[in-house]
Amino acid sequence: MTRRSWIGWQFTGPFLAVFTLVFLAPIAYSVYLSVFRTRLVGGTTFVGLENYTKALSDPQFWEALGRVSLFLVVQVPIMLGLALLVALAIDSGRLHGAGFFRIAIFLPYAVPAVVAAVMWGFLYGTRFGLVGNINEALGVTLPDPLSPDLILASIGNIVTWEFVGYNMLILYSGLRVVDTALYEAAAIDGAGQFRIVRSIKLPALRGPLVVATVFSIIGSFQLFNEPQILDTLAPNSITTYFTPNIYAYQLSFAGQQINYSATIALIMGVATTVVAYLFQRRSMRGIS
Amino acid sequence: MMITRRRALLGAALSISLLATGCSGSDDGDTGGTAATSVSEADVTAALEAGGNITVWAWDTTITKVAADFQTKYPKVKINLVNAGTGNDQYTALQNAITAGTGIPDVAQIEYYALPQFSLAKSVADLNTYGAKSLDGTFTPGTWNSVHAGDKIYGLPIDSGPMALFYNKEVFDKHGIAVPTTWAEYAAAAEKLHTADPKAYITSDSGDAGFTTSLIWQAGGKPYQVNGTEVTVNFGDAGSQKFATEWQKLIEKKLLSPVPGWTDEWYKGLGDGTIATLVTGAWMPSNLEKGAAAANGKWRVAPMPQWEAGGKSTAENGGSSLAIPEKAPNKTLAWAFLKYAAVDEGAQTRIADGAFPATTKHLADPAFQGKEFPYFGGQKVNEVLAASAGQVVTGWSYLPFQVYANSIFSDTVGKAYIGQGNLTDGLKAWQDASVKYGTEQGFTVK
Repeated sequence: MTRRSWIGWQFTGPFLAVFTLVFLAPIAYSVYLSVFRTRLVGGTTFVGLENYTKALSDPQFWEALGRVSLFLVVQVPIMLGLALLVALAIDSGRLHGAGFFRIAIFLPYAVPAVVAAVMWGFLYGTRFGLVGNINEALGVTLPDPLSPDLILASIGNIVTWEFVGYNMLILYSGLRVVDTALYEAAAIDGAGQFRIVRSIKLPALRGPLVVATVFSIIGSFQLFNEPQILDTLAPNSITTYFTPNIYAYQLSFAGQQINYSATIALIMGVATTVVAYLFQRRSMRGIS
Repeated sequence: MMITRRRALLGAALSISLLATGCSGSDDGDTGGTAATSVSEADVTAALEAGGNITVWAWDTTITKVAADFQTKYPKVKINLVNAGTGNDQYTALQNAITAGTGIPDVAQIEYYALPQFSLAKSVADLNTYGAKSLDGTFTPGTWNSVHAGDKIYGLPIDSGPMALFYNKEVFDKHGIAVPTTWAEYAAAAEKLHTADPKAYITSDSGDAGFTTSLIWQAGGKPYQVNGTEVTVNFGDAGSQKFATEWQKLIEKKLLSPVPGWTDEWYKGLGDGTIATLVTGAWMPSNLEKGAAAANGKWRVAPMPQWEAGGKSTAENGGSSLAIPEKAPNKTLAWAFLKYAAVDEGAQTRIADGAFPATTKHLADPAFQGKEFPYFGGQKVNEVLAASAGQVVTGWSYLPFQVYANSIFSDTVGKAYIGQGNLTDGLKAWQDASVKYGTEQGFTVK
């Protein structure tokens, strides 16, 4: 018995070592950092949970969290809805050039997020960008996508463009594993395409949809690249506490408040886990 | 879309370890932490003869040649010149290295506005140890004052940015606009120009902390008072308000181009005449020559517009010093390089490369002042800029946490540029946020 468990450790040991080093150690270090406070005058002191109580009453943190939550409840359904439509269309077998569409829609995901944000930044430009060109050519004044009122929607548009293809692929592969016998049976029963979608395909997609949603929840809470890149184009629209990640970045790299930054990061980590877990538990209820 | 916390931390850890490997392991026995022991000129000469390695962090391109020349002159000294990023990026790296205690460079380029942050924490060495006091009068009063904290000297000025009005003469002539001598005339010119050509703007400004503080400085405002760890932030003074009311008019009438500075669009605007003027530091000419080559021969330089008619006040914008981190491995050699680059042959080398000097000797040099700039239609640009250097309003100081304060400028004052509140509100919000941060950092802030 002891010999067997020893062999088991030999197999998992390398993984555990790497896991501890790159995963657990940074988290432990963040926890360690979060109970201290380093100041320009007075140095480092142990403050216990003070950083946490401060974060929970920090309006800038709540504003950032509120913003990504809004982003989550608006952008994610739109993105997944589009991904679902595309996946169903490609899977329907009635689309000419399905292979082309599959690749074309997936392609934006292969574009690095930074490049995508820069590219969209140019399109959004009201002076030399696409919006500017349209304004000039048609003699209209489109609203500025980089203005403070529209910036979040503009970012949502970029993220949707980037990730529809990725989610489409998750859903599409979910559809590919449906037993074709079910379709044959449905055809014999005289079911139309919409009935097949409702009674076979959508139930089959429940699992993949949950997975895609969990990824999207994590992605929304960690929104960083797009606003960070657009910040150079619209510095007054994107604050230094636009999203929790940007806030954490600002705190440690501009404000030298590494301890508080670690606290924000940990709180966000916990918040993301809790939301993702609750969602998963709720939506998987009834599935064995 | 996502930068994971894990990845961010790993990145930070990685950059620290990279910095550590970038450290030149040399140590000539110079004591790191304990200051006060005076280093004589003979010690410096001895160190130069003994040789060794020093690491220099600078982004200024003119330093490259200075470092090469220095090594030719002192063949036993090896300089490892590193570009650790421009401005804020470099300060972050430097702060990280200082906190980590390893990978600290021997010499670092630090802008005047950022120097107090390092001197306050005693992260940079007091150069009085090396007799920097004897350089009194070598530099312009403005820059020399900028490297002082009390009677301690934390850096040697390498360039300066006395401000002047750069304007596109062709655009001015086309619309019959006279060169403005006051800010009121400047506003009038802005209106006249934009009415005549709706695509053209007097200048571009979407909110720039350095520009704002420089204009307040020129108007006689002293929003920052610093006495050790006692700090006062007050944008309610007359100078600050003068700026806020006057500049607000330009914002409200939409007379400022919203193109952010230093972007391709900005250079394009400077080149094609849609951005007609720039009120900025004396380091601008070479940037215009390179970035807005299309406007060759069209630009001119005039004295900075005044707040009072007939006034002769200017301010500094930008400019940097070379400093020696307190825990630098090789401080004696570092000082030798500092002096070479800022005062001796290096200063001349840098001027020839287009830098604007901080040394009075070079500023007064007839060859320097008489140099004709083809880009500026043969104008003796340095005459105007050198005159500005002598008119900088005294008594200005930056916050000991100006780097942070500038980083939140767009959160607060920036709002005024997109129509949310006005500059007075914005400055007040900036003041409040700065006070909050200062208090959190242990300063006594009023």
